Amino acid sequence: MIKFCSVKYQYQQEQFNFDIDIGTGNIVAVLGASGAGKSTLLNLAAGFINPLSGDIQIAGKSVLDVQPHRRPLAMLFQENNLFAHLNVADNIGLGLDPGLKLTRDQKAKVADICRQVGIEKLLPRLPQQLSGGQKQRVALARCFVQNKPLLLLDEPFSALDPVLREEMLTIVKKLAGKHKVTVLMVTHHISDALNAASHYLFVEQGKISSAGEINNLNAENPNPSLRHFVQAGL
Amino acid sequence: MTSKLQSLPGLIIAGFILLFVSGAFSALLLHSPGFDLAVLWSDPYYRHVTAFSFYQSFLSTLLSVGLAIPVAHALSRRSFFGKELLLKLFAATLVLPVLVGVFGLLAIYGNSGLISQLLGFFDYKLPFSIYGLNGILLAHVFFNLPFAARLLLQPLQSLPVENHKLSVHLGISHWNKFKLVEWPCLRQQLPHVCGLVFMLCFTSFATVMALGGGPKSTTIELAIYQAIKFDFDLQSGALLALWQMILCGTLAVIIQRFSRPVPLTSTTTSSEPVPFCDSKSARCWDLLWISAAAALVIPPLLMVIINGLNAQFLAVVTDIFFWSAVKNSLLVAVSAAFIALIGGVLILITSRSWRLIGLQFRADKIELLGAIILVTPGLVISTGIFLLLRNITDLFSLALLIVIAVNALMALPYVIKTLAQPMLHIAQQYDKLCSSLGMSGFSRFYLIEWRAIRVPIVHAFSISFVLSMGDLSAIALFGSQDSTTLPLYLFQLLGSYQMDSAAVVSLFLLMLSVALFALIEKIMVKNNVVK
Amino acid sequence: MKKILPLLAFSTLVSMPAAADKLVVYTYDSFASEWGPGPKIKKAFEQECACELEFVALDDGVSILNRLRLEGKNSKADVLLGLDNNLMAEAAKTGLLTEHKVDTADIRLPGGWSDNTFVPFDFGYFSFVYNKDTLLNPPKSLKELVEKQDDIKVIYQDPRTSTPGQGLMLWMKWVYADQADQAWKQLAKKTVTVTKGWSEAYNMFLKGEADMVLSYTTSPAYHIIAEQNNQYISADFSEGHYTQVEVAAKVKSSTNEKLADQFMDFIISDQFQSAIPTGNWMYPVTDVPLPKGFKQLTVPSKSFSFTAEQVETNRKTWIREWQSSLIY
Repeated sequence: MIKFCSVKYQYQQEQFNFDIDIGTGNIVAVLGASGAGKSTLLNLAAGFINPLSGDIQIAGKSVLDVQPHRRPLAMLFQENNLFAHLNVADNIGLGLDPGLKLTRDQKAKVADICRQVGIEKLLPRLPQQLSGGQKQRVALARCFVQNKPLLLLDEPFSALDPVLREEMLTIVKKLAGKHKVTVLMVTHHISDALNAASHYLFVEQGKISSAGEINNLNAENPNPSLRHFVQAGL
Repeated sequence: MTSKLQSLPGLIIAGFILLFVSGAFSALLLHSPGFDLAVLWSDPYYRHVTAFSFYQSFLSTLLSVGLAIPVAHALSRRSFFGKELLLKLFAATLVLPVLVGVFGLLAIYGNSGLISQLLGFFDYKLPFSIYGLNGILLAHVFFNLPFAARLLLQPLQSLPVENHKLSVHLGISHWNKFKLVEWPCLRQQLPHVCGLVFMLCFTSFATVMALGGGPKSTTIELAIYQAIKFDFDLQSGALLALWQMILCGTLAVIIQRFSRPVPLTSTTTSSEPVPFCDSKSARCWDLLWISAAAALVIPPLLMVIINGLNAQFLAVVTDIFFWSAVKNSLLVAVSAAFIALIGGVLILITSRSWRLIGLQFRADKIELLGAIILVTPGLVISTGIFLLLRNITDLFSLALLIVIAVNALMALPYVIKTLAQPMLHIAQQYDKLCSSLGMSGFSRFYLIEWRAIRVPIVHAFSISFVLSMGDLSAIALFGSQDSTTLPLYLFQLLGSYQMDSAAVVSLFLLMLSVALFALIEKIMVKNNVVK
Repeated sequence: MKKILPLLAFSTLVSMPAAADKLVVYTYDSFASEWGPGPKIKKAFEQECACELEFVALDDGVSILNRLRLEGKNSKADVLLGLDNNLMAEAAKTGLLTEHKVDTADIRLPGGWSDNTFVPFDFGYFSFVYNKDTLLNPPKSLKELVEKQDDIKVIYQDPRTSTPGQGLMLWMKWVYADQADQAWKQLAKKTVTVTKGWSEAYNMFLKGEADMVLSYTTSPAYHIIAEQNNQYISADFSEGHYTQVEVAAKVKSSTNEKLADQFMDFIISDQFQSAIPTGNWMYPVTDVPLPKGFKQLTVPSKSFSFTAEQVETNRKTWIREWQSSLIY
């Protein structure tokens, strides 16, 4: 589904070099220490930054010359996913039309997705009137109305309590399965990865040092750093 | 126990301020028997003056803030060589002595200015005159647009970076992004910015005096001055002063009511550029606004420097009169800044000691008293003092003392605003420790406050210094041959169209205020770092 | 605080009252300036009195009176030099002036002189001056200037600060009476600017900023005598010209009464009077000989003035009329 072919990038003194191919329908947990390059990987995919060399392909086509909003992907950040002065309906509506001129069908679609994530009563509210979990549900709802085959999650649930986190991940898993969406999910909770993901990849010093199916994510993994990471997280 | 002791200095200063202001106020009341505002209304001239004051402030605010929005917007998303310098210049226009700015504008847009000379080269005549409403608006935009742009830049820069990323990701185009993301965040700040700019234009004195010209473009502030100085009509002067006070007070209340002031911090631009959908037209648009703003602010200041070095230079700097003006200005600026700083610190010592024991309301009140000058323009106070002392003593020999007092009062709000937070924080951190160590009084101030928050203290001093250096409104009524300050001297030169001499004086005033300001800050801050 | 006290003390020292053997004379700037009669008169008088004469230069004639009123009884002035016949009643009413002891028998003025407070030091007729090389078709009357010839640009002075400005106001009132407000509005369309004093207006005119400037019939004499330049002409208006007599007076609160009296006498001396034609470019008030260039000047066929009392009664109203007609 998404493929990084020798993608090189540099930010100040740090060098990045990514090479990975992710299959359709996978839910991939992106793991690694802070500053290892997890968010850089997602930013490259989303198009907020451009690689120095190499190619990024989504669904078999290079996206390097494609504007961020034309790339077939949706994205969720750790915080500030919502515009503080727009209500829930508008925040979700932006996923369908960046000028907020919605047709009746599109409005129905918004209402439908809200039911699926359980926020149908919150539509007229402003973000400041929502709890942390509710905010991320709204943001997640927007991601799904965008109807893109790839979803990038940049630690969107890490600030939530464990129960809520698990609930959110269940929603992600359910919807991703239903809409056949590939998910790339940055997290530093091993438990999240084990709960929700089908695959993992481990980023270390700007490189992907280990990747595979989720059942390989355990204390017996051949990669010593990953072993250490897993032991510390369990 | 200590709090009683700490209440005293602030209360004494507050008492002085009250005495000073109420003395001036009662003199005004005494001179306007019956306090009959109907007299003002029934007089078509004063009606016009009042209407004009509102009209020009309204237009000035509309232009300054309206044009500042695209400028701030462009600045918020572009980083370019010299941006930091441009923002520093933007900050400078607010403390720049008004007449220096006016001179710079005259040197470009005046009847014999740069543009007129250029047009003359092609045999065209200047299609506008800088005297009158045109000039007032131009000068007000020159002073306030950069100020407003800086104030509006802050909320734009405080937008979370995710908002920008999201906009890119969702493909929200320029206009939609402005409408949906940036405008709502600007809108919260707008009432406050508009209110501030309106107030500054409404009470603007030196600009209107230098560029206003005839009766057609006279504001209340100027009418007070003229009633006293030209017509010797003390009654009308007092009445107009009260009228101005009422209007300013009402305006201040309205502004307070409708706006949430956002603390003015000297933000440096974040190094990380914000992501946004760029395009050729967007680049052109931003370039247009940034260069337009630069073209408004930079040339007049350059002209002050270029024109200042002319054939009259020697003649001016060898004139004793000029040096007496320099001496008077320095005397006024240094004394006023010291008094304002000491007064401000004493008030804050009191107010923070009240805050620490939960007397927030009382603390707010005493700090508000320090800012009383904001609703009573300097000219109104000096008019009152003028009427009060006129029969008691020879006013003109006390001129400088009165000017120092009024300027100190005018600088006080800035001192309080700059130091309130740092002083409170220091007390919250160290008050208990200090009393356990038995530190108090001046030695405590020197060892704790001066060492720890010297930077804002010096900043408060230099702001007061520069404001007093460039002020014309307090000296205008009292100035005479032996108590001329540089701004007054400059005004006289401008008034008699001696442009070459005016250029030299402008340059000096610019150097003495802005350069000295930068120097003080640099030395003091550097020392602080070394220690 | 310790640092400020000496500074404050210093500032009061700087503004200490003047020494006793100094005579302070308030006058207008063009009189005191280096190209005016001031320096010559100062030198001559200082030789005679063995004292110091200090001119305090103010914007223009009316400003002298305004300044005195502002200072009231604490004024430092000993003598005011530069009020005029129109301001006399108003100035006398302040009670701040005192009677002179000058013998005015030698004074030769068109209407004679008898006033106990004011001593005249020169006189002239207000007039609009133009450059005959650039203004080919000057107006022949005040009415023509005001009502016709829309392409003419004029500069005049503020009646609240300047005696020529006040003179024009009275001149307009004399010619237009009740229609003066309309006339002011018409004149406003031709006005480049209204200056505070005579010297700014005249300087701007010489720089070419206007076609005509309010001055005196005697002003061209300066260009004829000092510059050998015959370009500048005073326009002769058919309604006649308003007369101005410039006067001096003693300040009551003066502590130098003797010196002040001596100066008042000096005003009508030949030394002072002969400095007037080529210094202040006005007519002297005694029989001193006039320089040659003065013969070239046009002397108005008709001249007039209101009485000082008439001016005093109406001045405020008339100024307000001028102000109000300029605001629309």
